[in-house]
Amino acid sequence: MISAQAYGGNGKVKEYHYTGPVEHKFSPYAFNGGTVLAVAGEDFALVASDTRLSEGYSIHSRDSPKCYKLTDTTVIGCSGFHGDCLTLTKIIEARLKMYKHSNNKSMTSGAIAAMLSTILYGRRFFPYYVYNIIGGLDEEGDSETYKQDTYKAGGSASAMLQPLLDNQIGFKNMENVEQLPLSQEKAVQLVKDVFISAAERDVYTGDALKICIITKEGVREEIVPLRKD
Amino acid sequence: MALSYVLEPAVSGFNFENSTRNIVLENGSEEGKIKAPKPMKTGTTIAGVVYKDGVVLGADTRATSDEVVADKMCAKIHYIAPNIYCCGAGTAADTEKTTDMLSSNLTIFSMNSGRNPRVVMAVNILQDMLFRYRGMIGAHLILGGVDCTGSHLYTVGPYGSIDKVPYLAMGSGKLPAMGILEDRFKGNMDLEEAKALVSDAIHAGIMSDLGSGNNIDLCVITKEGVDYIRPHRESIYNYKRQAKYKYKPGTTPVLTKTVNQLELELVHETVQMMETAGSS
Repeated sequence: MISAQAYGGNGKVKEYHYTGPVEHKFSPYAFNGGTVLAVAGEDFALVASDTRLSEGYSIHSRDSPKCYKLTDTTVIGCSGFHGDCLTLTKIIEARLKMYKHSNNKSMTSGAIAAMLSTILYGRRFFPYYVYNIIGGLDEEGDSETYKQDTYKAGGSASAMLQPLLDNQIGFKNMENVEQLPLSQEKAVQLVKDVFISAAERDVYTGDALKICIITKEGVREEIVPLRKD
Repeated sequence: MALSYVLEPAVSGFNFENSTRNIVLENGSEEGKIKAPKPMKTGTTIAGVVYKDGVVLGADTRATSDEVVADKMCAKIHYIAPNIYCCGAGTAADTEKTTDMLSSNLTIFSMNSGRNPRVVMAVNILQDMLFRYRGMIGAHLILGGVDCTGSHLYTVGPYGSIDKVPYLAMGSGKLPAMGILEDRFKGNMDLEEAKALVSDAIHAGIMSDLGSGNNIDLCVITKEGVDYIRPHRESIYNYKRQAKYKYKPGTTPVLTKTVNQLELELVHETVQMMETAGSS
């Protein structure tokens, strides 16, 4: 008779039925949930994230935002394994200081992105388990840089947010619609609505939403409550 | 003359003929790899309490499929008999079908014997069935009811174990719910106290457990009858979206259009006048 337990059945393998030698492995990663989103318009950029830190079915913290301010013009959103998020942001901040001291100026957004790519690839064979999105303004006066509005979602609810943003900001799959450029107010309202929807259907997203809005005046923060259950 | 069985008697238990085939499919080469469908679990908080005049059962209303909320308003308190209700946690299909089968069996029994079923009978039938399936049916149930011998609350585990206690909680949110129950339970509570206790226990599960959420359902069973309160407490989180996301007709691009004419023959025509306001 075939041992039923060895084949998983309904997805539950019963640990105490002996099925032969079982390999136990230590996993260095954990998934702490969280969703990040970045939108860039003509003269602004915004990076938003929820503030829930979870593991399995439990909540570690309801107030753990995932946007980290790097410079006056750049914010990074990191979600995934919280240990790697913290270490990665520490390394980036240290490298930013080193750059400032040797080159006597702050790093630009594009440079930070290129540096992050190198840092992540340096750990190609034991990766940082982090989903990163960098949002920022380029050198001032260069409004030609963002010819089309760009947006990206990352993290646990990214698959839910990205299609709606494709439709509302990228005007995909729509005809006969007036294609207005994205204003800052519309972008903030869209981000709030999209996170309210994500919190309804994704268990790892909720508690509160933190939006960092980057303009040439600096970085402004807004906090909006989300579902806590 | 050859005797042939047209209908083969059903083999009891699970049929594992396809197990080897499934393993080959799942471990196949990248193009041929097929993932087995994951069963939807309810990831739940359910609780029950015996009070002075009967039993109060409570449940949340969220059903999850891994990390996605599949149903925000699912009913987890199932009808078994007029005097017995059952809360189910675990695999959604298993709890539904198990409680349905139990309910049918007890109805047949009531008709045969002319008596209302006793809770202990329901528990024994469940225990037999779940033990026979060796834990493969993922149903974690809380049964509560009032019969001629009094009010009873039982829990039945997926392997067929039972526990008869005055208060319990099951599901992924059982630990926070159990904390509230252990703190505030006392014997012979009155109705309002019992309802508040169960409601707060489920609420603790909803706030601390990611697999539970949305509304709280309650079911109060007494000698006189059943009060199924759905929902007892609605979720306070109803953040409204700021914009309306409605699309005008003509927004979706039409790529191709084929028209198949149906050949219809007019056989009979009747006209019925509608009574509209303003018609004489």
